Amino acid sequence: MTVAGHTEKGAIGVETLHMTMRFGAFTALDDVSIRIEPGTFHALLGENGAGKSTLVKCMMGFYAATSGEMLVDGREALVPDPKAAHAMGLGMVYQHFTLVPSLTAAENLVISRTDVPNVIDWGKERTELAAFMARMPFQVPMDQPVRALAAGEKQKLEILKQLYLGRRFLILDEPTSVLTPDEADEVLGHVRQLCEAGEISVLMITHKFREVTAYADDVSVLRRGKLVGGGKVSELSHSDMAALMMGDAKLADPAPRTGIPGAPILELSGLKASDRSGLKDIVIDKLDVRGGEIVGIAGISGNGQMEMMEILTGQRPLSAGEIRVKDAPFGATRSDARLSCVRYLPEEPLQNACAPRMSVAENISFRTFDLNGKGTRFWLSGREMQGRASDLVAAFKVKTTSLDSPIQALSGGNVQRAVLARELSGDVDLLIISNPCFGLDFSAVAEIRARIMAARNGGAAVLLMSEDLDEIMELADRVMVMSEGKIAYETPISEADITQIGQFMGGHV
Amino acid sequence: MTDQSVSQGSLASARVALLAPVARRAEAVVLPIAALLAGFLVFSLFLLIQGKSPTDFFYLVYRAGFGTAFSWQNTLSRTAPLLFAALCVALPARLGLVVIGGEGAIVLGGVATGALGAAMLGSSGIVALPLMALAGAVVGAAWIGAVGAMRYFRGVNETIASLLMAYIAISIMNHLVEGPLRDPSNPNKPSTLSLTDELRIGDIPGWDVHWGLAAGLICCVLTWVLIERTTWGFAARITGGNIRAAQVQGLPVGWLILGFTALGGAFAGLAGFFEVTAVHGSANSSLAAGFGYTGILIAFLARHNALAIIPVAILLAGFEASSGLIQRRMDLPDATMLVLQGFVFIAILLSDTFYGRFKAFAPERWSTSP
Repeated sequence: MTVAGHTEKGAIGVETLHMTMRFGAFTALDDVSIRIEPGTFHALLGENGAGKSTLVKCMMGFYAATSGEMLVDGREALVPDPKAAHAMGLGMVYQHFTLVPSLTAAENLVISRTDVPNVIDWGKERTELAAFMARMPFQVPMDQPVRALAAGEKQKLEILKQLYLGRRFLILDEPTSVLTPDEADEVLGHVRQLCEAGEISVLMITHKFREVTAYADDVSVLRRGKLVGGGKVSELSHSDMAALMMGDAKLADPAPRTGIPGAPILELSGLKASDRSGLKDIVIDKLDVRGGEIVGIAGISGNGQMEMMEILTGQRPLSAGEIRVKDAPFGATRSDARLSCVRYLPEEPLQNACAPRMSVAENISFRTFDLNGKGTRFWLSGREMQGRASDLVAAFKVKTTSLDSPIQALSGGNVQRAVLARELSGDVDLLIISNPCFGLDFSAVAEIRARIMAARNGGAAVLLMSEDLDEIMELADRVMVMSEGKIAYETPISEADITQIGQFMGGHV
Repeated sequence: MTDQSVSQGSLASARVALLAPVARRAEAVVLPIAALLAGFLVFSLFLLIQGKSPTDFFYLVYRAGFGTAFSWQNTLSRTAPLLFAALCVALPARLGLVVIGGEGAIVLGGVATGALGAAMLGSSGIVALPLMALAGAVVGAAWIGAVGAMRYFRGVNETIASLLMAYIAISIMNHLVEGPLRDPSNPNKPSTLSLTDELRIGDIPGWDVHWGLAAGLICCVLTWVLIERTTWGFAARITGGNIRAAQVQGLPVGWLILGFTALGGAFAGLAGFFEVTAVHGSANSSLAAGFGYTGILIAFLARHNALAIIPVAILLAGFEASSGLIQRRMDLPDATMLVLQGFVFIAILLSDTFYGRFKAFAPERWSTSP
């Protein structure tokens, strides 16, 4: 066999020494040293943005680390690009599949090689593949197009592909995020077996404590780019891991709260809808948000928050259940939203709430351009749009050279200010928000959170979905945790325990 | 307006305030014109390779298209179907849809007009003509509206669907005029029954140009008003700018897509109506003259602005009007005009990648310059 790397076999160890990565002034990775022993299964835990992806991208040569070095198989290794990493036997399985759906599993394996000849001798390749598969602890149907395979089978094939390519150290980036729990157990069981057999060493990025306890030997925890702890999995409890992941539960100074919660404004009951993959369901049995309170939904991204936003904005059909606003059925149409005073702040406002090439004034008018007092209008009033936009730009301190500038010319914070200006003007009874401060600088974050708090204090019901637990802890009156498409936990803020919330976020109940 | 511009001094900021709106609008005018000239330049090289003179070519285009009163009338009488065809591209384009099969709606609109006309041969024009126009518009609207419906409900690519449907439409026309609708007394070209003079559209008094031109101009102005001055048009522009933002705002995206594609199709159907009632006198294969395809080029050159379509359509009509003279004087085949259109189209598509690249057109970047 001529496959690269097949001459040498067996798991290799990898170690990073003082790995640091800076993007401009931002330090994504700060002096991280991790050692993965040969033939072990090592888990890498951390919140969104903790630096896990940056670390593995440095190891695989996608990024050149600002400083620090790497040892592969005990020797110092330079990894200028992914090809060099592959040549040393390092491989990576991504969160999303990289297989060609229209080709069979066998074809996918053969074409992934770098030394594949221009004319492929399929007879010879098949014999060699059969010999390779005979040595593997698990099988995948080789002659079906990949698109016909279930997600779990595809993930197994991704791992087989790495072994076929002679990789001896595998990085798995949240390999189970697209799998059902049963599939996840099967795939990770096989990976564990391969480690025990000394075929590979594994570094797995994950959020799920259960997977760490069940399959990993060692764990390292990253937080804000720093290695904050780790060790033998057998010596750590879930609450230890959660505490490391979340850090010292230091709460930001809560913004001033006034008033007491009033009557329920938003009521969800028996909601059911399919998720993006179409394989799992989003199920919300009951969720109420009262006037004058902020309900924060914490959770790792990809656990149904995006679908929840689509359900509430009427973009995802329900298979069961009902949304009620102010005690009346709510269909999320424009007139429903206007009459019930419902406003939305989707995440990444430039992509989800603005037309990037339209002007600031036009974007600010999206909600009100067809209103004329209490009724609607047919003829556009450019003067009224400009006037209102001018007032709102001043009131919300949106920095723009002109009202006629395309909104995409503005900075992220100013785009969010413009969207807030649009959505928070007039009477607001229900505000539905997703990750409002993602990617913004500190001053913008403080100002935007203050605006949300002001809306709450003014009597609005606020549903806040955020991946940033600090944000939830700062703003919410009640905290819920969303996990695997369900509300897994609920607590008033006064009794909220950050470690316990972290455990529910990690899928451990 | 902002602290930044104030700090630059009142004189400079006054200049910026004066120039900024001009600069912002200039981009959409300067870049298409530059693309047009670039297309002409490449086409000139194409002529030089064949030993033909580009100056002769453009002079003859000027003479035959715009040089005399006669050539203006020739040009303007070819403008009407191009205006309608371009609107059929521009309306869906404002919603972010690239519909290139207007030819199909023109052809079927013409067949519907011819068929209804043949059935109403004895009626007076005042009764029959509006009904014939309505038939053409409705059939065109249904044809392109179906493209919009497939896009919205099933996610079918509207560009490919509309192009393929144009071929189907041409085949349906051939089937009908050679079969069920054929005038048995006409031994020459297969056509529907010839319309009586009562059922034909005449010329604008004092001109050798039929009323279709006036109708096309009015439709362009009305479309501009719809898009730029009404809330429906604004909702459509939001949808075209970012469909997710439009959905979050609860705008009726589905109705907008259906409405705008159907309206575009109705305009194309009217082009067929005028071709039959004002030019050919019956529906036949001359309806598939390529107006729908030239309309694509016009709409893109006009940046899908309904008012800008008017001068661009006149320009392109002038080129088509000069085709005969060019063939005779320069001994060039009639496909030469298609080569020119092709070069211009490639240039206009390339020019699309230059928007936002020039600082001169982006006032928000002026203040950062020393």
